[in-house]
Amino acid sequence: MRRVLVVDDSASTRAIARAMLEDESFAAPLGGVEVIEAAGGFDAMRFLPRGAYDVIVTDINMGDINGLELIQFIRKSDRHRETPLCVISTQSTERDVERALLLGANDFVAKPFTAEALREVVGRLLAAPASGEGTRSP
Amino acid sequence: MSDTGGGSGKGDASVEKAREDFLSEAQELVDGLSRDLLLLDQQSRHGESDPDLVKDVFRAVHTLKGLSGLFGAVRMAAVSHELEEALDDLRLGRLELGVRVMDLLFRAVELYGLLLLAEKGHGPEPTKDVEALLLGLGQLTHQGEQGPQNQLAQYEIDSSVLGVLTEYEEHRLRTNIKSGVSLYRIRVQFSLSTIDTALDELKAAARPHGEIITYLPSDAGSDADTIALEILMASHAEVETLRAALTGLSLTIEPVKRRGAGRSSAPVPPPKGPPSRLALGELDDADVAQWPGDPARQDALAPLPSPAAGANPPPTVPPAAGADAAGANRDLSLRSVSQTVRVDIRKLDNLMNVVGELAMARAALGRLTDRVRSQPGLRPLGIELHRLQRTFDRHLTQMQNGILEVRMVPLGQVFEKLARVVRQISRENDKEVNLVITGAETEIDKLIVEELSDPLMHMMRNAIDHGIESRDERHLVGKPVVGTIALNAFQKGNHVLIEVEDDGMGMSPAVLVDTAIRRGLVSPAEAADLSPRDIYNLVFLPGFTTKDTATDLSGRGVGMDVVKTNIAKLGGVVDISSEVGIGTKITITLPITLAIISVLGVEVAGRSFAVPLANVEEAIVLDEALVRNFDGREALTQRGTTLPICRLARLFDLSAEAGADTRRRDTRACVVIAAVGNRRLGFVVDRLIGQQDIVIKALGKSLKGVKGFAGATELGDQRVRLVLDVAALIEEVLATDKERIGLKEGAVAR
Repeated sequence: MRRVLVVDDSASTRAIARAMLEDESFAAPLGGVEVIEAAGGFDAMRFLPRGAYDVIVTDINMGDINGLELIQFIRKSDRHRETPLCVISTQSTERDVERALLLGANDFVAKPFTAEALREVVGRLLAAPASGEGTRSP
Repeated sequence: MSDTGGGSGKGDASVEKAREDFLSEAQELVDGLSRDLLLLDQQSRHGESDPDLVKDVFRAVHTLKGLSGLFGAVRMAAVSHELEEALDDLRLGRLELGVRVMDLLFRAVELYGLLLLAEKGHGPEPTKDVEALLLGLGQLTHQGEQGPQNQLAQYEIDSSVLGVLTEYEEHRLRTNIKSGVSLYRIRVQFSLSTIDTALDELKAAARPHGEIITYLPSDAGSDADTIALEILMASHAEVETLRAALTGLSLTIEPVKRRGAGRSSAPVPPPKGPPSRLALGELDDADVAQWPGDPARQDALAPLPSPAAGANPPPTVPPAAGADAAGANRDLSLRSVSQTVRVDIRKLDNLMNVVGELAMARAALGRLTDRVRSQPGLRPLGIELHRLQRTFDRHLTQMQNGILEVRMVPLGQVFEKLARVVRQISRENDKEVNLVITGAETEIDKLIVEELSDPLMHMMRNAIDHGIESRDERHLVGKPVVGTIALNAFQKGNHVLIEVEDDGMGMSPAVLVDTAIRRGLVSPAEAADLSPRDIYNLVFLPGFTTKDTATDLSGRGVGMDVVKTNIAKLGGVVDISSEVGIGTKITITLPITLAIISVLGVEVAGRSFAVPLANVEEAIVLDEALVRNFDGREALTQRGTTLPICRLARLFDLSAEAGADTRRRDTRACVVIAAVGNRRLGFVVDRLIGQQDIVIKALGKSLKGVKGFAGATELGDQRVRLVLDVAALIEEVLATDKERIGLKEGAVAR
């Protein structure tokens, strides 16, 4: 079971991401995918110390801790410094995406995203050589 | 629906759920948008605009854009896109917030409402409006941001901080610096389990003194239970003032030094250079050159070491008070921030129905308990049962109240819409009107709120169109040029009262009577008998309007009679009072919830029924001498009018057994005069039992086909009663009179 942490302050964006990633057609070949939802930066801070994730997907424009700050935090933390990370962003915020990549995000998906686009990126990150802390033991 | 799913059944269901989430989330965003815009509108009239509000508005539209794109709502996405561009200019200071922009924003909110309706399949696609708005937004011109850009360099802000500011945050920082305020670095530790409330406290305390630019989580001092934050705040206050304001919160505040004032050791990153410089002063250009934005090359770049980690050791933070609490709340820390769930109101209806079902089961149990208690040998058991039943009762009541509470929403939801309407109508009408709202927090059943907006909107139109005078007229009579409409809501017992009071010209009784006579609504003779209250109530008659030419505003074929009917459907009543030259006040009295209704208990041939009180005009003693018979229809001549009556005993075929006794003189029969809209009917019953608030329960399958009953209830005396469906009965009786309603006696006896 692969664990994907989705950080976004929009409930329906999280729900659609969950639907896209947990769908059998995508999840089955990966041995199952579990999406864990965090409703914003602070909420993510709660989840981060508790578990290991195979991929983290985060929005940039969030009300509390913004996505860039979250990436910096994640990349500094012992536990998640190597966890593959993907940002979701709109085209209008290219500068923010650039910064996200500089701060250590591995990839980005432009919003609005299609199932294919999200699966393609997350699939690629999941396939990448496993990182620091193993997550097969939840 | 966009291409979002994958194919398996599970996927489809979750996509469908996501779509439902989308619609309600979008609705919430639009509601929030409307609220924020109204505030912004007020501020902009005083030449201010709160950056937080602008930011919220931008964020809402930004989210809407993302969502609508994600869920294939093409038009909404297009509108959001253009709107976002304009708002982006606005928040980045490239566009000025004026009347024109405000108008476009308000129109956008209206349009979102229509678009959402269309998405839900409840309305047509507002294609024209979309085009018009897009055109309007496209015409907005914006000025470039002026002023020097490099002032950020004057401050000793770590590159690790500057590097994680979003474009917007950076803009806010610049704007603040430009206006000459000081920057502060606040370090604070929160327990993860209590961070939401603690942060709200901090925000509230900080707000009067300036603007919080960003919250930066810091690895040092953060662990499984606590989070250390570095907050960058811009404030016009002195550090002591700020410390005093934030006292009680365990934090440290220090001013961010200006370079030159103190010693600066680190090289200053050029602020307007490529973002990479800001973020990573240490990275050389060769590294930066690797960022072509080409996804294919991204793999090679992953994952980058954090550049600033070594250069700027994180500040040490004094242990915060929250740290202890964090340990205790270890289990809570995995909980999500959001503590709310969205529930379809039909689910609550179902739950309420179950409560009704339980109440009936309880009634049956109660009868059984009484029988057990009446058996001499079983008395102790009966008492035990009785005690259990009391506990059951108590919990049942709690459950009922709990469900009712969940259904409640503040009236503010509909009041906000009205504020928009008032703003718009008064502008169209060239009148200045101030809407003063009190009691927006008053709560009422969600379903009632939904139905209230149309009647209230119509009342607002009336008040502005017919009530409030023009500026000149007001000036002439010495009134303030700006008219006032007060919208007050408050709870009174089991009812919510909503008052709409204007300080306009009022209504003259003489004019009202004259108009009613002219329109043939009352005869001159009838008019002479009208009480002052009756006279004001004339406006609720269909076809009544004092203006001969309907204006664009009020005369849209909807009169006060429709308002009255709509309110009556909700079990409410409308009252009106007015004084010439002073103003008019309309009061709506509504039940707090539709799940509980007030009924009048009546007895017919030894059986009891309940009549919804909302349908009852009055009850009088039946004087058989006044009953006339027209073509087999019975009617009562009452105060000059003829009232058709219907003997319930006969209608339900109950006249046989017990009926014979009660028809005697010892208990005189009563007539319950019921009305739906303008149709009235008198129900002849044997006895009135009294008034009560009940939970109405839908009839089971076996009685579903039976007309004439709205449901069943339990009146607290352990007997199940049927609640009359007055509208259906009036329809049936007035239409075919003699025809029997298809009701079997067995069903009533049950």
